[in-house]
Amino acid sequence: MDTNKPNLSPAVDAQGGIGAVPVPHTEHADHLHHDEHDHEHHDQHWLWKYVFSQDHKMIARQFLITGMLWAIIGGTLSSLFRLQLGWPEATLDWLKPLLGHWIDAGKLNPEFYLALVTMHGTIMVFFVLTAGLSGTFSNFLIPLQVGARDMASGFMNMLSYWFFFLSSVVMFWSLFLETGPASAGWTIYPPLSALPQAMPGSGAGMTMWLVSMALFIVSQLLGGVNYVTTVINLRTRGMSMSKLPLTIWAFFLTAILGILSFPVLFSAALLLIFDRSFGTSFFLSDIYIAGQALSNQGGSPVLFQHLFWFLGHPEVYIVIMPAMGMVSEVLATNARKPIFGYRAMIGSLIGISLLSFVVWAHHMFVTGMNPFLGSVFMFLTLIIAVPSGVKVFNWLATLWRGNIRFSAAMLFAIGFVSLFISGGLTGIILGNATLDIQMHNTYFVVAHFHLVMGSSAFFGLFCGVYHWFPKMFGRMMDEKLGYIHFWLTFAGVYLVFMPMHYVGIAGFPRRYYAWTGFDAFSQFADMNKFISVAAILAFFAQFVFVFNFFYSIFRGRRATENPWNSTTLEWTTPIEPGHGNWPGEIPAVYRWPYDYSKPGSEADFIPQTVPYSQTQSSNLPYEQEVVD
Amino acid sequence: MTALTIVLVLVLLLVVFGLLFRLQTLTSIFSGSFTRDIGMSNSVNAVLFIVFLVGGGAWFAYSFAENFNKMNPPIASIHGHAMERMFWITMAVIGVAFVITQALLFWYSYKYQHKEGRRAYFFSHNNTIEVVWTIIPAVVMAALIFAGWKAWTRITGPAPKESVVLEVMGKQFNWLVRYPGRDMKLGVVNYRLIDATNEFGFDLTDKSALDDFTAGEVHVPKGVPVLIKIRSRDVLHAVYMPHFRVQMYAVPGMPTRFWFTPTTTTDEMRAKLGNPKFDYELACNQICGRGHFAMKLKIVVDEPDDYQNWYAAQKSFSEQNPDVLASFKNKPATMAPAAAQVEAAEQPAAPLASMSH
Repeated sequence: MDTNKPNLSPAVDAQGGIGAVPVPHTEHADHLHHDEHDHEHHDQHWLWKYVFSQDHKMIARQFLITGMLWAIIGGTLSSLFRLQLGWPEATLDWLKPLLGHWIDAGKLNPEFYLALVTMHGTIMVFFVLTAGLSGTFSNFLIPLQVGARDMASGFMNMLSYWFFFLSSVVMFWSLFLETGPASAGWTIYPPLSALPQAMPGSGAGMTMWLVSMALFIVSQLLGGVNYVTTVINLRTRGMSMSKLPLTIWAFFLTAILGILSFPVLFSAALLLIFDRSFGTSFFLSDIYIAGQALSNQGGSPVLFQHLFWFLGHPEVYIVIMPAMGMVSEVLATNARKPIFGYRAMIGSLIGISLLSFVVWAHHMFVTGMNPFLGSVFMFLTLIIAVPSGVKVFNWLATLWRGNIRFSAAMLFAIGFVSLFISGGLTGIILGNATLDIQMHNTYFVVAHFHLVMGSSAFFGLFCGVYHWFPKMFGRMMDEKLGYIHFWLTFAGVYLVFMPMHYVGIAGFPRRYYAWTGFDAFSQFADMNKFISVAAILAFFAQFVFVFNFFYSIFRGRRATENPWNSTTLEWTTPIEPGHGNWPGEIPAVYRWPYDYSKPGSEADFIPQTVPYSQTQSSNLPYEQEVVD
Repeated sequence: MTALTIVLVLVLLLVVFGLLFRLQTLTSIFSGSFTRDIGMSNSVNAVLFIVFLVGGGAWFAYSFAENFNKMNPPIASIHGHAMERMFWITMAVIGVAFVITQALLFWYSYKYQHKEGRRAYFFSHNNTIEVVWTIIPAVVMAALIFAGWKAWTRITGPAPKESVVLEVMGKQFNWLVRYPGRDMKLGVVNYRLIDATNEFGFDLTDKSALDDFTAGEVHVPKGVPVLIKIRSRDVLHAVYMPHFRVQMYAVPGMPTRFWFTPTTTTDEMRAKLGNPKFDYELACNQICGRGHFAMKLKIVVDEPDDYQNWYAAQKSFSEQNPDVLASFKNKPATMAPAAAQVEAAEQPAAPLASMSH
């Protein structure tokens, strides 16, 4: 292999270039095969193998580990503000070594509190649940499950990670600014985010937030275009769209959502940069602040909200749909049953994707938007409950009369369904414009989205890591630690977010440094302590996972080729697939991915690569026709 | 910089802990090669799901009942009572769905746990079932949408002609309140005229602004529709009055409004709750900076007569600040910029604007 050109992907070459039909046993393929056994890794400098790698599996691992680091930071921030909310009177001097001047006479600085909630939201939504979840598993699973040697463009894929890395560096750096990071809430509504005189976090912190987010969007688009292209063009022989695992359908639709919606956030960020730095008035009008009347006229803060939520709402589906896909896959595999209603599952994913673009203004019912628009968006929003409901019922029907093995991944998949139900149902309250008048921006909203897209997406992420860890690292994660991690987290999440609904129904506003100033909001002091304790414990429980993860990479039990007896293509690769995934020819696909416990078949699963001609005894009538 | 150092130290500590653990107890767990075993742990997990369903369900039911009164603060507006009914009806509907789906999820997890020799039932799809569980939620949603839409149109519809009008302006970090005075007409305000004394930016060349008065708290009469006009002079704020089920953003450059009818006076509510210190409160509910959590404004609901007396006793802003008035005497009437003029023109002759944006 040519050692002087590490940027040329041998995998894509071996496949015959982008978009080509997989080649039968060629010289290249043979060579690759040969390479695996004789002088493994000798021909690649570690810098190209581990750092600037173009192998989708390495890029996936990079996304995952970066995402995990961000999750620890994001979780730490939430523990800090839960301390403040649980014990508003306590002295926090002991945090001074960590937080410095943000601890002011034993108290958390209120502006820093806002910085904490802002960065917690930004980090979790974008860096953990978008990049860490979708980035990891779209990268890892798309080529493996559609039967491709790598992504359509390995180089763009590498750029996608490094733009994310750059974006992470900028955001991380902003945490250490003298004036603090961005503090206007993760939704950065102007004018608060546009005017440095409104709060210190709207100075350099906000600038860095916007720069970081612009880089992040570039990363998302590079990744998204790649995912879509790969799914459309690089499927192996026989892998029609109707034979794709649901994971791939989910990643595919997620990538399309990202491509269509992230540019709108980019435009909003760009206009905000103009307002902040070049004196334009897109979002500013009639403002008197810090003893001065500004000259800005004619802009609209509500316009920003439209632009922001045009991304922001599809964004929550960008976060949750990959989790839905992986959960469908893991539920079917471990219940040893086909996923119920494969086509209905695809249909509901498509329905959710389409609807996700026409519901954004339900975040804005009480912003002074025309009430007629409110009616339209209420109608469209509540419709989304129908495809979501179909998914839940199909998952339940998949478990029905199954033969369930509880792997750690399976536990998290079941947990996902439970959290998705609990959080999704309260969306029916919030999507109702009338009820939103009272509930808007209260802890009811906080509880709702932390269950339905925060915690459940995290559960999807855990489910994916436990399930595909053997393929990622060639070893197994410890099952017992996985069980402990699951039960602590599952209980923790419910203990945190169920009581949070009560606080929200009582009307407690979110992003409040303390509620002690109001009689109306002071009745739940004990409950807030309870929530804080549960939240901090649940956060510490995550270190069981972190330990298990890093320990198992090096010391876990050796995996077998197909440890879960699964049908999909990734399990036909060697235990530690090299760059190019399959040492020989890419296998062809003959059947859908869910032939579990098929009557007439000896084994309780038939891999996608087994032709119908070899399974005469279990073929359904229409499948037999293919053979004849 | 110290913070960064400490972060690094913490990371190092974590690594050290990792090494320690590796050397000690956990080495044994990870040795040997992996074999799939579906043994005890499978049934333990299955039982735990039932424990979670029963135990968790009991805890949830108990704590919900225990906190029910706390989560239902008193309501004091006509539409508030209607909203409350709709809220709990919707909660009941989603509660049914919640109980059924969660119970099935945990029960199936337990019941269909792996058993040696049993085979899962190959059941890939059934279109009739799919149609049924598409249509049922769709019908329920249609009913909820219809009820919500009816109420929403009524609540956000035009304020009745007889409404009392006042204006609330948000600023970092408190609320300013003004009433239209004897002419029942809010005068022109202009953000360019704002200063330490003229906090509202009254344009006193406008005649209808002369009798406008400001107040430190909101007074509204019981049983009469109240139209609150809402402005902000710096960043976004939101007028949130939880007892009246009122919420509307305060947007700089875009006046908004909300109308409601109070049903219970402050005194009546104090007697009802047995709490002589009770007050209706107005809070800011859109992040606006350092003092966001402390933007409180007291609301007093009076008997209509008391309200009239209070209203009549107030002194107008121009009367209280003769020097500000004097400074306007020297200015030409045309100095109010076009935007404020347009807004003045939009105000109908009657003090009550309709809700059409």
